[in-house]
Amino acid sequence: MNTADQYLKTIFLVEELNDGPAATGELADRLGVSPASVNEMIGKLEERGLVTHEKYKGATVTDDGEARARDALQTYCILERFLANVLDVDDYRAEARQLEPVIDETVADRLDMIIDREPQCPDCFDADADACGYLVEEEAVEAND
Amino acid sequence: MSSLAARVDSDAQLARLLQIGVVLEEVVEVRAHRHYQSLPEAERDADIEALLSDASEESAEHRERLEAVIDDLDADSIPFDEVEALVAESYGQTGPEDFDGVLYDQLHGEETAYKFYDDLVDAIEASEDAEFSVDRGELLATLTDIREAEAAGVEAVADLMQAEEPSDDDGATEDSEEADST
Repeated sequence: MNTADQYLKTIFLVEELNDGPAATGELADRLGVSPASVNEMIGKLEERGLVTHEKYKGATVTDDGEARARDALQTYCILERFLANVLDVDDYRAEARQLEPVIDETVADRLDMIIDREPQCPDCFDADADACGYLVEEEAVEAND
Repeated sequence: MSSLAARVDSDAQLARLLQIGVVLEEVVEVRAHRHYQSLPEAERDADIEALLSDASEESAEHRERLEAVIDDLDADSIPFDEVEALVAESYGQTGPEDFDGVLYDQLHGEETAYKFYDDLVDAIEASEDAEFSVDRGELLATLTDIREAEAAGVEAVADLMQAEEPSDDDGATEDSEEADST
């Protein structure tokens, strides 16, 4: 997944969490990059009509930006579920974040054929837990057993 | 933005990516084999049989080469037997029903594998300071070699698809071009 899509996905999720624009500082924290890098990328995404930016408030995805963010989130969900359910990876969140830049959408689509993903994906993504909502539920059930 | 760039920084990360490669190869291998078996008699011919049989064998060989690299890395293993069973189960139930569908699926599988190895080679090359338990030169040579084989696979399927196209289509295209130019 390219850098622009990783940004769009994160802006979209932070917007969902805050119910409003995604602030530069929060994006920098989530993405593990400097605020200057975030501002630079937001400028580029704004030029491409994928986000709007309001000074002192933050970034908001446009309709086109949201469509791409949702595709990127779906790719990310596939990766998380593949790692957790097929390869039995415990720390699937950390690994999905590491591998995300190397895995293209077409590759994720192929992996998707062997995972049992819910049709409402990516709406079930738990932005707070930064993971597929169903995996979060599975973890909670295992923790209670 | 360095942390968002495609990089491979450790044995564990490399092993995980190679495991994904193994699964992709497994998918091509299983699908190529099963698809041919599922084609109705009238849709079978020697060319498609040879292509799918070669693709299946080649994927098995790629998978073994990737597994050999994974064995030399300092990383946790994964339950490959279970993964194999899961892939077989997922593909046993569905699949294209005709000749075109089988070839298109094969093309898509080879293109996806090519894209995967291409991105992986780029990511390893971009991580110049990363150290692995395997020789970097040999690793890149193996992955580049497999990537080129996937490219040749894409070409072979595309050639066969072109050769199998009904000749009537050519006439139809020319007619419409003539109509457009008037």
